[in-house]
Amino acid sequence: MHMADALISPAVGGIMWGASASLIGYSCKKLKDNLDDRRIPLMGVLGAFVFAAQMINFTIPGTGSSGHLGGGMILAILLGPHAAFLTLASVLTVQALFFADGGLLALGCNIFNLGFFACFIAYPLIFRKMCPANSTVNRLYAASIVSAVVGLQLGAFSVVLETLFSQISALRFSSFLLLMQPIHLAIGLVEGAATAAVVQFVRQARPEILQPAAHTALPAALPLRNVIAGLLFAALLAGAILSWFASTHPDGLEWAMERAAGTAELPTPTGRIQTFLAELQQRTALLPDYSFTGTVDSAQEETPSWPAPDAGTSFSGIIGGSLTLIFVVVFAYALRFGCRTQQRS
Amino acid sequence: MASISRHFFDLGHLDDLAGASTPLHRLDPRAKLLATLVFIAVVVSFGKYEIAALIPFFVYPVFLISVGNIPFKCVLSRLVLALPFALLVGIFNPLIDRAPLSHLANFTISGGWISFSSIMLRFVLTVSSVLALIAVTGFSPVCSALLRLGTPKIFVVQLMLMHRYLFVLLDEASKMVGAKSLRTFENSTGGLRIYGAFTGSLLLRTMERAERIYSAMQCRGFDGDIKRTLPAEFGKRDILFLCGWSLLFLLLRAFNLPLIIGQILTGTM
Repeated sequence: MHMADALISPAVGGIMWGASASLIGYSCKKLKDNLDDRRIPLMGVLGAFVFAAQMINFTIPGTGSSGHLGGGMILAILLGPHAAFLTLASVLTVQALFFADGGLLALGCNIFNLGFFACFIAYPLIFRKMCPANSTVNRLYAASIVSAVVGLQLGAFSVVLETLFSQISALRFSSFLLLMQPIHLAIGLVEGAATAAVVQFVRQARPEILQPAAHTALPAALPLRNVIAGLLFAALLAGAILSWFASTHPDGLEWAMERAAGTAELPTPTGRIQTFLAELQQRTALLPDYSFTGTVDSAQEETPSWPAPDAGTSFSGIIGGSLTLIFVVVFAYALRFGCRTQQRS
Repeated sequence: MASISRHFFDLGHLDDLAGASTPLHRLDPRAKLLATLVFIAVVVSFGKYEIAALIPFFVYPVFLISVGNIPFKCVLSRLVLALPFALLVGIFNPLIDRAPLSHLANFTISGGWISFSSIMLRFVLTVSSVLALIAVTGFSPVCSALLRLGTPKIFVVQLMLMHRYLFVLLDEASKMVGAKSLRTFENSTGGLRIYGAFTGSLLLRTMERAERIYSAMQCRGFDGDIKRTLPAEFGKRDILFLCGWSLLFLLLRAFNLPLIIGQILTGTM
């Protein structure tokens, strides 16, 4: 359920970056307070383990498909919430950079969706409560499955909300919810069972390994204050920097209207950036009568429901688009050629 | 399994490419990282029905790939691997959003198909730029850039360690899986108990390895910090790269270049 850059808006991406960054800062601070150098290589190597464990599968009875370890819960059980959150964040960073799974802007969303709910909600509030030290195997399985399911359900819900607020996908809230939650219920059940199987093996073979995490202090209160502070800060930033994009370039219906009318009729530009851009655009020789305050065809203005599709503009867009694409390809070949001759000489 | 190990083998390939020495490789990692972030933010800031205005943005990933001397195939194969989620969510747009938005000859194109194409374009642009960034920079330089941009040290240090041990552990896991598949029937992956023991053993080996790494690091004076030679100062070329590209992205955001060209050519302007 990695969120992709292609599906989010800069505002949502920015806000979630703020929230995740503040959680990373909070976790680092907590770890620094009772720093044990030993934990750092352990975190790094366990992060690599999460990748490696994805190569090992088991058959899910009765379905013919196979499942594997997800990562969030096992890291929280082995390392405690703060260290697990950091480790998971770095796993996701590597996934974003190397496997293009998720994206750079969506990284904040992904760290929050997969890390926050597993490490700061499901583990301390469910797993630790349901499965204290020395509890039975059944309890371990139950706790592990319930916490994995809850963590993933919350994460999936968060994906739905982020997609909804970004307004790139046309999926309605309810349909997307119905699509995401059941899939993640199944994934949660499988992940919970896989986690419990591994933890049970470790409990039998090397019980002392699980001791340190079981005794790490839980977050006294959920780091909600940090999350909210991060969210607010990022929201303000996004509002201040990105809102002019939104106001000068209305999307959806307004965009379509604007194209159909053939002029860039915009809500009255009031900000300095808008005025500056308007002047800049007016001055360019290429666009003599491309006016921001140009008169819109009154017929178009009166019927703002759906625009009469304008073949002319679409055609210009396609011609211009193809030509630009050709330019880019020629540019690429020229650069390649230039670089090769430079290397040879 | 073969496909997974090939996939992971590719992981090292990007780092190998980062070892080359082109003018692009020699730039400060911070400049490349920030320029790519600006690029992605600008690309995703377009309205959901935008297609034409996104096309000029191909110039950035194409520039990185060409000047950085990266095989196009390498980026393409990764693009395909990462496709499913964007495709899965995007494909609903044509089904739901059927309102006609554009006419071309006798065809009417619905808003859904346009926004779907827009999602796919964004996907290709954002993902290829990130892959190209890693291929011309390398993972460790990106980490040191993160550190110098203010990311907490603990996070960066374990990120670097994770990346280093990724290869070792993947190798170990693939050996284990290979050994097991030689001793079992085809398609028998085993039940949950076997899975637990199998993955658990890998975990125990991993933790023992972490212990050994820690001892070895302590012998060499580890104090929670990986010492790195400091990269050169942020030079004129880096500033030029960052500012030049950012300015171009903003200009392309403000002016719909393909539409302007099209209008000039068709004489509708």
